[in-house]
Amino acid sequence: MLISQRCSFFKRGDSIMEIYLFFLFATSAVASAVAMITSRDTVNSALFLVLNLVSIAGVFLLLKAQFLAVIQILVYGGAIMVLFLFVIMLLNLSSEENLLNRFSAKYVVGFFLGVIVLSQLLYAIADFTGTLPNFSPGIEQVGTVEALGDELFSTYLLPVLITAVLLTAAVVGAILIAQRKLTGKENK
Amino acid sequence: MESVNELVTILPAIIIGFAGLLVMMLDAYIENVRLVFRTTTLFTLGALGIAINDMFGHSGEAFYGLITYGGTAAFGAVLVLIGTLVTVILSRDYLEKTGSHIAEVYSMILFGTFGMLILVSANNLVTLFLGIETMSICLYVLAGLVKNEKKGVEAALKYFLLGAFSTGFLLYGMALLYGASGSTFLTDIATLDDKGMIYWAGVALLLVGFFFKISAVPFHMWTPDVYQGAPTTITAYMATASKSAAFVAFIFVLSRALPEARAEWGDVIWLFSILTMVIGNVLALVQDNVKRMLAYSSIAHAGYILIGLAAGTDAAYSAVLFYLFAYTLMNLGAFGIVAYYEWHKGLDFTEVKNYAGLGFKQPVMGVLMSIFLFSMVGIPPFAGFIGKYRVFAAAVDEGLISLVVVGVLASAASVYYYLRVLINLYMHESDPGITLIRPGVLYSATLIILAALTIYFGVKPGDLTNLLGSFKGISY
Repeated sequence: MLISQRCSFFKRGDSIMEIYLFFLFATSAVASAVAMITSRDTVNSALFLVLNLVSIAGVFLLLKAQFLAVIQILVYGGAIMVLFLFVIMLLNLSSEENLLNRFSAKYVVGFFLGVIVLSQLLYAIADFTGTLPNFSPGIEQVGTVEALGDELFSTYLLPVLITAVLLTAAVVGAILIAQRKLTGKENK
Repeated sequence: MESVNELVTILPAIIIGFAGLLVMMLDAYIENVRLVFRTTTLFTLGALGIAINDMFGHSGEAFYGLITYGGTAAFGAVLVLIGTLVTVILSRDYLEKTGSHIAEVYSMILFGTFGMLILVSANNLVTLFLGIETMSICLYVLAGLVKNEKKGVEAALKYFLLGAFSTGFLLYGMALLYGASGSTFLTDIATLDDKGMIYWAGVALLLVGFFFKISAVPFHMWTPDVYQGAPTTITAYMATASKSAAFVAFIFVLSRALPEARAEWGDVIWLFSILTMVIGNVLALVQDNVKRMLAYSSIAHAGYILIGLAAGTDAAYSAVLFYLFAYTLMNLGAFGIVAYYEWHKGLDFTEVKNYAGLGFKQPVMGVLMSIFLFSMVGIPPFAGFIGKYRVFAAAVDEGLISLVVVGVLASAASVYYYLRVLINLYMHESDPGITLIRPGVLYSATLIILAALTIYFGVKPGDLTNLLGSFKGISY
């Protein structure tokens, strides 16, 4: 009886799928964040950070924030991470350590144990409805570029302009700091 | 369009922002530092005049409620612009004499001031955050501007790392508050009925972020190093303008967004106020470097100001505003004199014992320093006394007797380290080999005006206190 009840949950399809996806993304976000901090190799850290950012983009997608998810992957997962990796590669990399360089039988046992625990987890999670908020019908429009642009250039026009000054100041400041030596100019 | 008419409400910020761009361009194409300096001074003066005029005008919300104008916001703008104007004037001579007079300083100061002006008028978490960020980024750059000194680079890096860290706290707090209430408008957050864990976590993180910015103990670690390492006039700018702006924004957040939670944050601020006063003053006692001593003294002053915030009434807020005004005047003055002594490149005037006998060499500077330091101690005919008195009185009305007792004891202890400077200036024999340069007319005139204002508002605070009291609540 309990089983059939659970099966009816599975039949609802997308909603239970969303919960599974949420737990997948949430777990991988937290786990990769921890792994990023604890990993000794900088390249591994950077790659874990990529995994973290992508997982969070997945969570954004589940929350119907499509634009935010795309931007997250494009800007953070793409541009900034590539920059990061370049910097790390240009700096010295003395102790390279491969993630999967020691493959042994215990990993096989671990894998099967992992599958068993995962299936138990999935079974348990199936009861867990109500984790994600109920979206009102209009919410899917809110996350689009159009809706965001409408808000940004009407109500939030002033903050956009302030951001312009902020970015100008940041660029000028960065150039100022990056100059090797500033000499005081004499008065003309 | 309605928005175009509303631009008038943030006219000082627009003028300063425009001046920042103009000065940047002038520097790039004409390369005349003197012209850049004059333009900066002129525009700042204009903005200050408009801000003073705004104080007496009406107040309200603009830009869909993103900002407020008039009243407290205008007074905050006046504080920031006084700080900026004096910093700009003092910086020219100081940077010229120390051989690092570069025109970019002025555009960075102006952009920073723009951020502060937005910060003091913010009525929404978005504008608040943008204001704080614009201000902070310019301050990081300014702290590390003099790169031939190792200390300056260290200060800039330390400031940047800790500042970015504190911004993280602030932003996380804002995100949680938005998550709890569904709005970034301060007044909407206040109407939230169901205060869950998310709300309280947001409030806590927001408070931590603000405590970093006003350098309350135990979030003060960056202050002495940064204040010591940065060029002295820039230190004056950080200690006065940016701190006043942060305090005004803090008042807005507490009074508009979190009035319901007053009992809770009142207790938190009570504790931080005691810590800040005690630790700030105790550490100031053992400093030999004058700039570090002034840094710890500014931490201690933040503690006294927090007493007013802990009281949390309209009277207390207006007392805090008065205190900020007095604090701005006397700190600008004191740092200005320290900067003047540092003009003499060959001589080391960083340690307090090297000030021996300097008071008689340039009598005007010595007397001015005495006025500013006595005002900081809180001795009667100076503005610092009125500020302290009004904050303490407002706290007593709210029954915070223990806080006031600690405050009075702490300021009694502070007499030691302030007067130690004066004793060195006047009571010790000076090295006959030292001759001091005469300060320029503009430089000494600015300091004299600051001292005159310190005395004027100490003797006759009535006009200002009435004006501050007339700001309809603190809400606008």
